[in-house]
Amino acid sequence: MAQPLVKKDDDRDDEAEYSPFLGIEKGAVLQEARVFNDPQLDARRCSQVITKLLYLLNQGETFTKVEATEVFFAVTKLFQSRDIGLRRMVYLMIKELSPSADEVIIVTSSLMKDMNSKTDMYRANAIRVLCRITDGTLLTQIERYLKQAIVDKNPVVASAALVSGIHLLQTNPEIVKRWSNEVQEAVQSRAALVQFHALALLHQIRQNDRLAVSKLVTSLTRGTVRSPLAQCLLIRYTSQVIRESPVNAQTGDRPFYDFLEGCLRHKAEMVIFEAARAITELSGVTSRELTPAITVLQLFLSSSKPVLRFAAVRTLNKVAMTHPMAVTNCNIDMESLISDQNRSIATLAITTLLKTGNESSVDRLMKQITNFMSDIADEFKIVVVEAIRSLCLKFPLKYRSLMNFLSNILREEGGFEYKKAIVDSIVILIRDIPDAKEGGLLHLCEFIEDCEFTYLSTQILHFLGIEGPKTSDPSKYIRYIYNRVHLENATVRASAVSTLAKFGAMVDSLKPRIFVLLRRCLFDSDDEVRDRATLYINTLGGDGLVVETDKDTKDFLFGSLDVPLVNLETSLKNYEPSEEPFDINAVPREVKSQPLAEKKAPGKKPTGLGAAPSGPPSTVDAYERLLSSISEFANFGQLFKSSAPVELTEAETEYAVNVVKHIFNRHVVFQYNCTNTIPEQLLENVSVLVDASEAEEFSEVVSKVLRSLPYDSPGQTFVAFEKPEGVPAVGKFSNMLRFIVKEVDPTTGEADDDGVEDEYQLEDLEVVAADYMQKVGVSNFRNAWESMGPDCERVDEYGLGPRESLTEAVSAVSNLLGMQPCEGTEVVPSNSRSHTCLLSGVYIGNLKVLVRLQFGIDGSKEVAMKLAVRSEDETISDAIHEIVASG
Amino acid sequence: MESCPSIKNILLLDSEGKRVAVKYFSDDWPTNSAKEAFEKAVYTKTQKTNARTEAEIGMFENYIVVYKFVQDLHFFVIGGEEENEIILATVLHGFFDSVGLLLRGNVDKKEALENLDLILLCVDEIVDGGIILETDANVIAGKVASHSMDAGAPLSEQTISQALATAREHLTRSLLK
Repeated sequence: MAQPLVKKDDDRDDEAEYSPFLGIEKGAVLQEARVFNDPQLDARRCSQVITKLLYLLNQGETFTKVEATEVFFAVTKLFQSRDIGLRRMVYLMIKELSPSADEVIIVTSSLMKDMNSKTDMYRANAIRVLCRITDGTLLTQIERYLKQAIVDKNPVVASAALVSGIHLLQTNPEIVKRWSNEVQEAVQSRAALVQFHALALLHQIRQNDRLAVSKLVTSLTRGTVRSPLAQCLLIRYTSQVIRESPVNAQTGDRPFYDFLEGCLRHKAEMVIFEAARAITELSGVTSRELTPAITVLQLFLSSSKPVLRFAAVRTLNKVAMTHPMAVTNCNIDMESLISDQNRSIATLAITTLLKTGNESSVDRLMKQITNFMSDIADEFKIVVVEAIRSLCLKFPLKYRSLMNFLSNILREEGGFEYKKAIVDSIVILIRDIPDAKEGGLLHLCEFIEDCEFTYLSTQILHFLGIEGPKTSDPSKYIRYIYNRVHLENATVRASAVSTLAKFGAMVDSLKPRIFVLLRRCLFDSDDEVRDRATLYINTLGGDGLVVETDKDTKDFLFGSLDVPLVNLETSLKNYEPSEEPFDINAVPREVKSQPLAEKKAPGKKPTGLGAAPSGPPSTVDAYERLLSSISEFANFGQLFKSSAPVELTEAETEYAVNVVKHIFNRHVVFQYNCTNTIPEQLLENVSVLVDASEAEEFSEVVSKVLRSLPYDSPGQTFVAFEKPEGVPAVGKFSNMLRFIVKEVDPTTGEADDDGVEDEYQLEDLEVVAADYMQKVGVSNFRNAWESMGPDCERVDEYGLGPRESLTEAVSAVSNLLGMQPCEGTEVVPSNSRSHTCLLSGVYIGNLKVLVRLQFGIDGSKEVAMKLAVRSEDETISDAIHEIVASG
Repeated sequence: MESCPSIKNILLLDSEGKRVAVKYFSDDWPTNSAKEAFEKAVYTKTQKTNARTEAEIGMFENYIVVYKFVQDLHFFVIGGEEENEIILATVLHGFFDSVGLLLRGNVDKKEALENLDLILLCVDEIVDGGIILETDANVIAGKVASHSMDAGAPLSEQTISQALATAREHLTRSLLK
C-alpha cells in the first residue's frame, strides 16, 4: 500500500489542487438548491446539490436561521422522488440541519411512511433520522413502530431502533424503559451487532438495579454471546458486578473470575484485551489472578501491530504502579520495545521498566535510556524524568548514576517544562537523599551558569539559599551566586542578592566577605536589587564583623510567609496610605477552596496554552466587604471565618435558601441567601425566625430583614448571635422563613398591593467545632511540627468502627476538624492498609494547630486511628481531641 | 467503565491536514475553531509517522488516536482515554477498508472528493451518535452502495461483488454528469 503517488492523467499535473469543489460558494449553492422545488425532479442533480451543501457544512460553513429553514423546506420536497440514492442524501441532510420542533412536524409524516416501508434501508434510516430530531410528544406516537422495529427480522432495522433507543434514553427514559421486553428478546438475536446494541440498551435501562444487572450477567456469562463487541460489553458489566459483590470468604474466590479468565482465550483480540484489562483493574487483585492476564498481554507486546503493543504496554504500565513484581516477567520484551518506532510505545516501555526494574538493572537501563532520550519529544522526556525520580527515591543507593543522568540531560537542549521537570526532580532528590545533597547542589549551580529561564534561575537561587549554608563547605557556592549578580537580568540579580544574604546570616564566618559583595550591589542599575542589598546590609548588622546573627533576622530571612499570596495582594490593594502602617497580621489567612466544579473539569486536564483557569471569585473578601457595610455588624471586630454555604432547602423548591456562617470573636452571624423561584410572586419583609433553644450559649442580638425579594434575584437576610468570647460554642438552630407574599401579574410585572403573611419551614442548621478552625496550610509540615515542639502535644488512639475505605475515614476526620490537609496526604493510595495524614489549621484566637493522623484498616474494614495534636496551647490540643471523641 | 464503547470523532484529512470529511460525535469540541485546532494538532503529531502498512496509535490530549494513511489521505478514529484501543482500531479498519471498496482501490483525495456522498454515507453507517453501528467493511460498503439496488432485495442477500458492482455503477454515473 505504500506505493508512490500514481499519476493517472497527464493533464491533471498542472492542476495539483484539483477538486470538484474548487471555488465553491455558499450563496451560489443555496441558489442551486432551488432545483429541489422543480416540478420535474432531477434526482441526480439534487443529490449533487445536497453533497455540495454537506461539503460546505463539513468545512465549517454555517447557515443562518433563515437559510437553514429555507434549505430544510426545500429538502422536504424531495420526499416525492422515489430515487433511493437521493433519499439517503435527504436523510443525511435532515440530520445535519437538526430542524426545530415546528419544522420537524413537516417531515414527520414522510418519515413515518418510510418507517413502515417494505424497503429495509428506508425503515432503518427513517428510524435513525426521526429519533434524532424528535421530541417527547412525538415519540409516544411512534413508540409502537419502534418496539416492532427492535424485533424486526432485518438486523439493520433492529440495530437502528436499538441505537436510537440508547440515545433517547438520555432524554426520555420513561418511554424507553417500557421497551425492555422487546430489548430482552433482541439480546437473544442471532445477528451479532443486534445483540451488541440490545445488550448496551438493556444494561442502560437497568443500570440502577443492581440485582437485575447481576442476573443479566449471570445468564449471559453462561450462554453464548456472538459479537466480540457484545462480549466486551459483558466483560465491563461483569467487572461492575464483581466490584459490588464480596469475595467468597472461605475459598477466597471471586465470583465470575473464571468467566474473565475464559475470555482470555477468546478468538477476538479486542475481547482478550478487554478481559486482561478487566482482571488487572480488579480491586485488591492477587498475583495468582493477575498471572494469566499478564501472560496474554506479554504476547501482545511482540505483536506486529502497533495498536496491540500500545494497548498491552499501557495496561502493564498501570499494573506496574501497584504490582511491579507481576510485570517483571515481561521485562525482556519491554526492553526490546525501547527501540520501537512508535515513540509512545517506547516511552511507556521505559517508564514501565523504571517501575519494575531492580537495583542491579538500573545502570544497564540508564545506558539504554541515554540513547533513547535524544530522539523523543519533550513531553515524553518529562514522563521519563518523573519515572527516574521515583526510581531514585526507591533505590537511594543508586542516586549517583541517576543524578548524573539528570544533570547530563539538564545540559542538553530542551524547553521550559522539560527543564523544570528535571530541576524539580533534582530538588526532590536533594531533599530526600542526604548523600545526594552536595553533588546535586553543584549540578544546579552549574545549570544556572547558563540558564535561559529566569523562573528556574530564581527558584534555584532560592533553594541554594536554604540548603547551601547547611553544607560542609558553603563558601564554594558563593562564586556561582555572585556571578549571577554580574551576568543576569534584574530579577535574577535580585534573588541572587537575597541568597547571598542568607549565606551571610547562617554562616557567621562568611559574613565579612558577604558584606563586601553586598556593598558592591548597592551600585546596581536596578531599584529592586539596590533596595534588597540595602535592606540586607542593615538587617544583618554587625558592620561586617564575625558576629552571630540574632533570631529576629533569621526569622525574617527564613520564616515562611504564612499568609496566602492572593489574600496579601487584595489587602495591599485595599490599603490606603495613612499614618497607620500596613499590618500583615490583619491579612486574612483562610485558604480559599476552589469550587469543586472547577477541579473536576469534565475529563480534560488543562494542557498547554489557553488553559489558565480563571481564579475563583474571592468570597472571603466579598463577605468581609458585605458585612462591614452593615452598620449593625460594624462593631463585631475582625471576621475570623466564613463557612461554605449550607443548603437549607431541597433542590427545586419554591424558595431556595442557603446559609453562610460567619464567625467573629464574640459573635456569629448567619447570612441567609434566599432566592424566589416563582415568577408570579413577590416576597416582602423576608426574615428568618431562628429558634436557638438547642444552642444555649448563643443569644440573638440582631435580625436584619430583607425588604423585598423579587423573582430570581437573590437577596440576603441576616441574624446575629452573641456568644462567649473566644469560646468555640456549638449548637443547633431551627429556622423558619417568614415573609409577606404578593401576587405578581406576569404580563405587566406589577405586584398586587395586598399581601399575605406566610411561613416556610427550613432545615436545621448546626454550628460545629470545625467552624472555629481556619484551613491554613503549611508548606513544610515536618519543619512546622518540629518547631512547634512536644510541649503541648496530646496523643490518643481511637477506634472508628467499620468504614468503607481508608479514603473515606481520612476525609471524614479531616472534615470533622475542618483543617487543611498538607503535602497531598489526603490522598490514600489504593489497596494500602495504613495511611498517615497531616493536617494544619488556625483555631479561634489565632492559635496554630497541627495534627498528625495515623490510620490502619484490618480485614473486616475496622479502622483504628492514632491522633497526635501539637499546638501553642495545651487546652487547644485537648479541644481537638474532644472534637474527635464527640464526633 | 460500565459504559458502551464510544467514538469521539472520525476524521479524514488530506496530506496537508485539510478536511476531506469529518464527523464529531462528542461535545468536547464545541466550536468549529476548536475542531480545526484539534485536527491540526492531531495531523501535526502524526504526520511524520509511518502509518501506511499497519494502523498506528498514540495518546493525544487524553484522547486515543488510531490512524492509517494511504496516498494523500489520512484516516483517524478518536476515542476517550479509557477506551479499548483494539475496538477503536476495529472501527478504523472498517472505515478504511470500506472506503477502499467504495472507491475501487483508487483511494486518494481527488477520488474521495468526487465521491464525497459515498464517504459521508459511509461514516453515517459506521457510527451513530458515538455508538458503533457496524465494523465489517463489506457490510458497510454494501449498505452505502445499495443505492440503485432493487428495493425489494434484502441487504443480507447482497454479496460483496454485487456491492462492488453497484459502487462501480454509481461511479460511472457520477463521471458522466
